[in-house]
Amino acid sequence: MLDKVIFFFFAGVAILSAGLMVTRRNAIHSAVFLITTLLATAGIFLQLRAEFIFIAQIILYVGGIMVLFVFVIMLVRLDVALHQIQFSRQKWVALLVTLALALEVGVMLWSSRKVPGQGFLLPNAVPAGKLPPNTEALAGRLFDAYLLPFEIASVLLLVAMVGAVVMAKKRT
Amino acid sequence: MSPTLQAVLAFVQTWWVELVSGVVIVAVVPLVAGYIVLMERKLMADMQARLGPMRVGPHGLLQPIADAVKLLIKEDIIPDNADKVVFWIAPVVSMTAALTSMGAIAFGPAFQVARDINVGLLFVIGVSSLGIFGIVLGGWASNSHYSIMGALRSTAQLVSYETAAGLALVSGLLLAGTLKIRAIVDAQQHFGVWFVFLAPVAFFIYVVASIAETNRAPFDLPEAESELVAGYMTEYSGFRWALYFLGEYANMIVVGAVATTLFLGGWLRPFPNVRWMNWLDALPALFTAAVGAYCVYRAGKQPVRVQTWFMWGVALACFVVALILAVPLLVAPLKFLVPGLHGAFWFLLKISAYIYLFMWLRFTLPRYRFDQLMHLGWYILIPLAIVNVLAVGVAMILEMEYGWNRWLAMLLTTVITLATALFLLRLNDKRAAAASSAAPPPEEPSTEDSYAG
Amino acid sequence: MMPIGYYLFLSMALFLIGAIGVITRRNVIVVLMSIELILNAVNINLVAFSRIFGDVAGQVFALFIIADAAAEAVVGLGIIIAFFRNRETVLEDEMDLLKW
Repeated sequence: MLDKVIFFFFAGVAILSAGLMVTRRNAIHSAVFLITTLLATAGIFLQLRAEFIFIAQIILYVGGIMVLFVFVIMLVRLDVALHQIQFSRQKWVALLVTLALALEVGVMLWSSRKVPGQGFLLPNAVPAGKLPPNTEALAGRLFDAYLLPFEIASVLLLVAMVGAVVMAKKRT
Repeated sequence: MSPTLQAVLAFVQTWWVELVSGVVIVAVVPLVAGYIVLMERKLMADMQARLGPMRVGPHGLLQPIADAVKLLIKEDIIPDNADKVVFWIAPVVSMTAALTSMGAIAFGPAFQVARDINVGLLFVIGVSSLGIFGIVLGGWASNSHYSIMGALRSTAQLVSYETAAGLALVSGLLLAGTLKIRAIVDAQQHFGVWFVFLAPVAFFIYVVASIAETNRAPFDLPEAESELVAGYMTEYSGFRWALYFLGEYANMIVVGAVATTLFLGGWLRPFPNVRWMNWLDALPALFTAAVGAYCVYRAGKQPVRVQTWFMWGVALACFVVALILAVPLLVAPLKFLVPGLHGAFWFLLKISAYIYLFMWLRFTLPRYRFDQLMHLGWYILIPLAIVNVLAVGVAMILEMEYGWNRWLAMLLTTVITLATALFLLRLNDKRAAAASSAAPPPEEPSTEDSYAG
Repeated sequence: MMPIGYYLFLSMALFLIGAIGVITRRNVIVVLMSIELILNAVNINLVAFSRIFGDVAGQVFALFIIADAAAEAVVGLGIIIAFFRNRETVLEDEMDLLKW
């Protein structure tokens, strides 16, 4: 019951503010609504008992990436862009294609609901009380089986950092 | 009874302790913040050989309440060209983030709102770092140059120094081996020593970084009054301004609590495992009783009758607290209350000491220039923090795998880290000297590159 | 306990909203934000399945996706700043330096 209330609250907030994010004219407002969506998603992660992903989402996504976005939006003053047309000419075609995709995925999900054992209503396998401590389990897996991808990810971040500095630096 | 009502009742029955504690935090923190402000003004006055607020109540003890009333009845101005909704919401974000992060802090072993968070310490620093959005959005929504400059500075500063603070916390967490707040304090009891003695460099980095994170002098560039009027708060007035202010002071309590939990032994008294130091258990009660006795002594010297009564009231309150702290020690059936009460006392005492350090530094040091701030963060603190994490890791391996003495290993790595610090400082000096000799000093210090980094 | 379908539908909705944003908006910053939304929708799927099967591997992948999103945002914003310095615009259909 409580799980359901929490889920529908966060899901509603996430979808509503995602919709607002895509339609707002002002980029800062879009960023604020994206932050709301990300926080609501973090709530969903917590409801799924993925505590570490929850806090990684808050620290990295919201506290890191979104701060960067807001910072850049303030740096490239968008007063001019505010009064231009916000949507490209292909918007109706795009909407149509996306709706078709939505229909496709929706029908697929809906029709799989009755497949016994693996369909729509697959019940949760492990009860919440019997899960291992999340951070420890995650760390064990990350630094054991996925050590090489972890190292590659760190190299990727380093490359991205150097690339960003090179690109954003003023040429003198 | 309807099922919905039943569900709500069951919810309340399960969670009432947490709900009540949450309400207590929301209710008490603004009051405490007001008295921290009074303390700060009194301390500043003392260091500058003045008296500070003296008019409202004896020794200005009622000044925070007068200030709060003044802020509440002030005219609430929203600039014409401001983005109204964002302007309205920004101070609330700042305040909410600080108060929410307090939910996971353990004020003593008994008082903690969210007990079972697996990522406790990360939750505290993660959620409190969301307060930056209040500053950024408020600065942007005011639609004023000073505000947006303050907001930009604040973002750059917070992002830079959060990295250093996070890395400093990692060294402490390596020693503790857990993220749960209780387990961290238990680990320090198990080690028999506060982590500040095992990783002093990490603690130092955290102190510096947390001053920058709470926007306090000498790093209060986002609100530097000589350059930016009041930075991101320029257009704010009345209650919204008060919310920003409360957020800032609540944030100070949060960083103090994090430092106390991880480095200063949480709610443990000094020398928690040494038997002959057990007389320290009596200290909380004696300390509060002494404060009460001093109030009695001062009561006779008040010029006005009302103030004498007020002083007596404060003394009485102190005596009651002392009694509450003392009785469980003496009466055997109430022994179970001792850890909770005394833990809370030690924890709050340590936070107060930390905040006192902040104030002391504020009144002592001049403000940094923005490029100096960025250089300190990126060229010195962050490399030093990385070296420190490595050093602590090496020390732990030396101790656990090779059976070294713990103190020897920690001493060795601390020396290595300090040598690195010296090297970094020298490098920085050399670069500064080269820069100043190569080019004539620019008209105004360029900040663009610091932003880009 | 919640059936997995709820999470799949939520994730699908967020993914499609993000896709609409990517295709229709002209402002490159909002397009980048929509991409972040899409990555986030994928994360919901991964974490939900990790919970259902009681295997943390899904959460490990979610962590990698967050790291990847950070790298992508940093590089993307760097390009936007560099471009804004040259052309004073952030609209994607005005980014036509290769056209003549």
